Formats: sequence, structure tokens, C-alpha cells
Amino acid sequence: MNAALRRTALGLATAGLLASGAFVTGPGAQELSMGISASVTSVDPHFHNLTPNNNIASHVFDRLVHMDEKMRPGPGLAESWKTIDDTTWEFKLRKGVKFHDGSDFTADDVVATLKRVPWVPNSPSSFRLNTQAIEKVEVVDPHTIRFKTKAPAPLLPIDLSNVRIVNRKFVEAPTADFNSGKAAAGTGPFKLVEFVPGDRVVFERNDAYWGPKPHWQKVTARILTNNAARVAALRAGQVQIIEQVPSADLASLRADANLTLHRIVGNRLIYLHLDSFRDETPFVQDKDGKPIKPNPLKDPRVRKALSLAINRAAIVDRLMEKEAIPAGGLLADGFFGVSPNLKADPFDPDQAKKLLAAAGHPNGFKLTIHGPNDRYLNDEKILQAVGQMFSRAGIDTQVATLPWSKFASDASNPKYSFSVMLVGWGSDTGEVSNPLRSLVATVGPGRGVSNRGRYSNKEVDALLDQALATVDDGKREKLLWQASELAMKDQALIPLHYQINIWATRKGITYAPRADENTLAQFVRPQ
Amino acid sequence: MTVFVIRRLMQSILVLFAMSAIVFFGVYVVGDPVEILVSHEADEAERARVAAALGLDRPVWVQYFAFLENALGGDLGKSFVFGIPAIQLILQRMPATFELVIVSFVIAVGLGIPLGMYAGYRPNSAGAKTIMAGSILGFSLPTFWVGLMLIMIFAVEMQILPAGGRGPVGSFLGMQSSLFSWTGLGHLFLPALNLALFKLALVIRLARAGMRETLLLDYVKYARAKGLAMRRVVFVHVLKNIMIPIVTVLGLELGSQIAFSVVTETVFAWPGMGKLIIESIDKLDRPVIVAYLLVIVVIFVLINLVVDVLYSVLDPRVRLAAKA
Repeated sequence: MNAALRRTALGLATAGLLASGAFVTGPGAQELSMGISASVTSVDPHFHNLTPNNNIASHVFDRLVHMDEKMRPGPGLAESWKTIDDTTWEFKLRKGVKFHDGSDFTADDVVATLKRVPWVPNSPSSFRLNTQAIEKVEVVDPHTIRFKTKAPAPLLPIDLSNVRIVNRKFVEAPTADFNSGKAAAGTGPFKLVEFVPGDRVVFERNDAYWGPKPHWQKVTARILTNNAARVAALRAGQVQIIEQVPSADLASLRADANLTLHRIVGNRLIYLHLDSFRDETPFVQDKDGKPIKPNPLKDPRVRKALSLAINRAAIVDRLMEKEAIPAGGLLADGFFGVSPNLKADPFDPDQAKKLLAAAGHPNGFKLTIHGPNDRYLNDEKILQAVGQMFSRAGIDTQVATLPWSKFASDASNPKYSFSVMLVGWGSDTGEVSNPLRSLVATVGPGRGVSNRGRYSNKEVDALLDQALATVDDGKREKLLWQASELAMKDQALIPLHYQINIWATRKGITYAPRADENTLAQFVRPQ
Repeated sequence: MTVFVIRRLMQSILVLFAMSAIVFFGVYVVGDPVEILVSHEADEAERARVAAALGLDRPVWVQYFAFLENALGGDLGKSFVFGIPAIQLILQRMPATFELVIVSFVIAVGLGIPLGMYAGYRPNSAGAKTIMAGSILGFSLPTFWVGLMLIMIFAVEMQILPAGGRGPVGSFLGMQSSLFSWTGLGHLFLPALNLALFKLALVIRLARAGMRETLLLDYVKYARAKGLAMRRVVFVHVLKNIMIPIVTVLGLELGSQIAFSVVTETVFAWPGMGKLIIESIDKLDRPVIVAYLLVIVVIFVLINLVVDVLYSVLDPRVRLAAKA
């Protein structure tokens, strides 16, 4: 009774606040402005595989499979799917769905989309990776479609959750036609009104949407790349929700009675990659500045020592304002394939020194660690903290940070310029085979594409291969556990923490926060 | 004067040429655009496809000559990330920056010259001392910080002006600009003020120094002796003379504000050219960086030309042909 009363009072107060705020903020009850943190380069859903673009496109276009806020696949334009045999998937499509221009959605639109994906001219990053497993498409009836794959493809539904379905009419429409809105008629919860590059994207509600109807009649996604500007726009009430809340502002935002924070464990791991490939690595030297042979980072004991030297709790507490979780694996608990046995290494400098001594480096060595300074939340500060922690464990550590544009090209294949580097990885599939395949697997065709330390372990590779060919979820999960436990025992990389994704909204507005960092207006609602 | 103008334009072609080479090879040294553009999961085949699609698989000098060939035909290349012609991208952003710069110049000149002249005319008055102290703040406070303070005060606390972004555009005589709508002007005011502060301080100081120097010259005494009103002496004869250094400095400032208002445009989320160049550099979008800097060279050349012509108007002793 008492609680109910309080809630009513609170509700009334909020409503009052909202009403008084509405005059200043301008937009009416059914209008929403969102502060988006990164530039959108196109609304063509197949032009540039980039999170901010995909985020915007997901308002206008649906996928066969929709990921929920915890990145678990669920029905989208497909109502259900199953495997017919190890290399055939059958998808049952939703009936009665209409595109924004009124035409019906059928299997032909799926076929057209799959044709368009690898075709888009000048695409700086295509979605071919999500569709390349499909060898043949078979339309059984207008609402049943079968995909034949070259090899067993247990991840196909997840891959297809990143492929936005366009109208078959626009199979050969150039990117410009989508940007202008001519071809941007999807089946999604919103219709595109206007795309102003570098400034805003405007949507209006699709009243004929097949799914839950969005609350907002009009939505403006404003591009506010500067952290301070984004926060100020929220405080001033010009936007009602912002994404990527900067750590520096968390304390004051928490204290602001007009705002609410919404948080969820994200799919992004921040970690250190170690060069465990070269016999002589460029940024490790003995105390006289001479190269050490063999490269100490090849020794798992040294890698373990480095991991034990890091005080993860301190980084999370001081630098991340507690909005992160110390990491012991490749993906946070709760995602598919995450082994329950993997825990973050404790902070144990004594044990680290012992391991270093056992590995033949009782006096440590000289090391330079590299990282970007404009890419991940607090990247530069984290790297500096890690440098100090290494130094305390007896490793004479220098820190060098670079802009991402320079860092990424130097750190990656074929240059591999660094010895120890800080990087982040968001798992697009929301399960563990993704970071295993890209970060840990031996560099080869389709494997180890971001394995910047060139770690290689035949056993891990074999387990991963087996997992990726296993359609049965239960069996695959066990294989992924084994593979990641093995890789972590060997310290294939040093996990630091999992990020927590935070949104801030005006009071009275809620958001279902998402592990994939997307900000989707259909899930923003009044309280 | 025609000879002078033509010779100037010829020289600028050389500058353009040098600029294109420096930027083209400079960006190449920074990093590999393919690495920045592709999805983090991209395999070798996808990387090769992107390199080929963007013409990055050829040796850099081949790319450069291909660029030059197209550039002579007026095509400066397509943006890697937007997929549209770089020059179109720049022109789309130009009006936003131009209106910002225009308003900030109106503020700087409209306030700066009278305030500076007053401070020079009555240097010992309390008003003059306040103006000069204020101008020191204008110089020394970082633009970034002032911008945030303006937002905090006018948008967050008082809630009378928007925190950022460009307002709706109105049209006037077929031109589309947020200068022509009231809401648009509201959006313009804070960023323009932020951008104007430094120039305002500069103009005040120049006007004051010029005023103090000029008032002591013989022709002022002569004009007074001749019986001209002080008002006429100051606003006609003195003003014309103190304008020369102001025009020079404003000319230089104009170019750099059009090109590099990066800080203000970022803080106020203003979709102008400065934001475009900084984002293009982050993404190694070479066609845009090159095209942008070439456009900027052209703007600088034109502004300097106008400034030189203005000199001869303001001061009949300046002969353009002789200078060239």
C-alpha cells in the first residue's frame, strides 16, 4: 500500500517534471531525440559494416533473425528456423509483412538481398562475411526458404542477424538511392524521413509494423561525437537519451535527479595481446637495451606473470568508475559458450616475480607497451596503469599511445610492429567462437584475422574447428568451453575487463540496454 | 592590377600541385586505410576486395598519377567511407561553416572596432580598462572550455539557447541557410559567439593600438586645426587608416576559420567542414583529406587576393602592380 502510494507520487512528480520540461525541450510527447556517439556514413544497409551504420539501418530494415538485448537470436522476419541436415537450414518467413512502400515481403526479397550483399560498389567493408557460408538458396514457397552451406554452419542464424533485408525492387539500387531515401523502404519499425550526413537521421513511425508498435511518432538521431557535447545536450533536455556515457561524467550524472542511467554487461573485452610468435620481438630488451633471445613472451610462465602483475580491480574501480568487470576469459558470463571455470587472475605481484625468475628473468626486462588513445573507453589511462603495474613487478615498462588510424595499421597483419598491445574486441555474434576464431586461432585463411600476437596452439585450433562444425548447441558449447579454457591456461592473451554499456536518459524515459551497444528507438519508452 | 591578379592565380596552381603531392603521400605514410575501414572480422579475401574496390592495391605513385589525371578533369575522387564524390561532401558541409563564420565575423567586427576605438580614444577611462582586461580573457581562455561554459550557462542552466547542432534552414532569394530562420539563428548564436571571442579580442587590441598611434599624427592635428569635428576626424580619417592592419589580420583569420573551426564545430556538434576534416583524418579517408586541403588552398589564395585589393582601396599609396 505504502509502496504503491510512493510509486504513484513518484509517477506524478515525474509527469509534472516532464510536462514542465516539454516546453523547454520542444519536441512533443511522441517525439524522441537521441544522441548518437559516432558518425553514420550511409543508410544503405549493405554499404559499410560499421556499428553506427548498422544501428541506424536497424530502425528501417529488419533481419530474418533479431538479436535480443543480451544478443540471443530470436525471430525477426523469419518466424522459425531449423536444420534439415548438417548443411541445410530451413527458414519459415513471417506472413503478412509489408515494406514501407506497401509491397509484400516474400522469400524473393531474401534472395535479392543475398544477391545485393556482395555486389554493392565501392563498399569499404561488406557484409559478405555474414553470407559467404551460403552456397545455394532454394525457395520452397513464398514463405519458406532453404540455405545450402558448403560445410556445417551452426552460426548461420546469428550471421543472418546482421543482414538487413531490402526490397527486391532495389536489388541493384546504388548506395546513393538509399541515402536519398528512394530505395530505403524496408520493413522496419520506422520509415526514413531524412539523412543529413554528419548531423542527423530522422525517422517516422511505421504504423503498419508487424512487431510491437514503437511509441514515438518521430525520432531524430543526432550525431554528437564529442562526449561533453553529448552529455550537455542531454542535460539541456535537447535529447532524451544518449549512448556511450563517458566515465568522467558518471558521478555527476548519477547525482542528477533529472536523469536515469541504464546499464548492461557488454560484449566487449579489453585485453593485451602479446607477441608470442617471433624469436626476437622488437620492444623487449634486457636491461642494457640488447634484444633478448628467445623472446620471453613465448614462455607461458612470463605471460602468466604479466597477467598476475595486473591489479584489475584497481583499474575497474579508479579508471572505469566501477562500470566494468575484471575479465578472465574472452566474453563475459552469460553469453553462449562462456566457460563457468574461467575466473579473472588475482593480483599477485609476488607470484609474478617468482614466475619471472623461474622463466630465467629474475631481474625482469625492458618492455614498451602500445595502444590507441582515441578508440576505447579510457584506453590511454588503462595502458598507463598497466605500465606502472608491470614496472612494480620488476619489468621496466614504457608506454606509447597512438591514434587508432596509425596504431591499427602498425599493429596488424602484415606489419605486426608491436610486442605488447592494448586492444578491445566486441563479439559480433554474442558467443565465444567469435573471439576464439579472430583473436586466438592460428593466423590462416579466415582464422586469426585480429590475432596480433600470432599466438598459435594446434589443440585450440582443433577444438575450435570441431566446434564450428557442430550444429548441436549443447555439444558445441562444451567444445567452446574446452577451447577457451585451454587458450586461457596458456595465456594466449591477457584479458583485462569486460565493458559495461551505459545509456543515460531523461527521467521518465526507459531503455532496454543492449549488450551490442546499439541504441534503438523502438526500445526507448516512456515509463 | 589585372596582371597582378593573373600572376597570383598562376602561382596558386603551383601551390595546389605541391599540396596534393604532400598530402597524398603524407596520408599514405600514416597508415593503411583498408585496416581502418574493414570490419574487424574481415579475412584476407575481404581485405583484398576492399583494396581493389578503392584502388589501394596499386603502388602509391600509380595511385597518385591516376588521381592527378582525374583531378585535371575536375574529379577529386570518391570518399572511402561515404562512397560519394569528395568535393560534393565538402560542398554539402560548406554552408554550415560559412554561416557560422559570417556571424562570428559580424560579432567580432561589429563589437571589436567600436570597443577598440573607444579604448584607444579614452585610454585612461575605467571603461577602456575593463575592455582591455576583457580582451585578455578573450585571448587566453581556450576555445574548447569557453564553448562548454557557454553551453552549461545558456543551454543547461538557463535553458534559453540550444546546446548545439544546426537548426532548421530557411530560404531567402533561393539560398538555403539557417541564417534565414529564427530557430536557426538561435542555434547559430552560441557557436558563433564562441568562434568570435578570439577575433573580438584581436580586433579590439588592433583598433586600440591603431587609434592611439594615429591620433598623434600630424594630419589629425591638421584636420582638427582646420576646424573639422572630432567625430568626423575619427570616423572618416582615422578609421580608414586603422583598418589596414585589421583587414590583414581578419583576412588571415577568415581562411583559417573556414578551414579549421574544428574545436567549435566539435563542441557544438555543428555539421560543418571542420568536423568533416577531423573525422576524415581519423578514418584515413584520403580522397576527402586531399580534396579538402585543395579547396582550402583555393580559399586562402582568393582571400589574400581580396585583402591585397582592399589595401589599395584603403590606402592609395599601395600600388598592386609594383608589389607583384
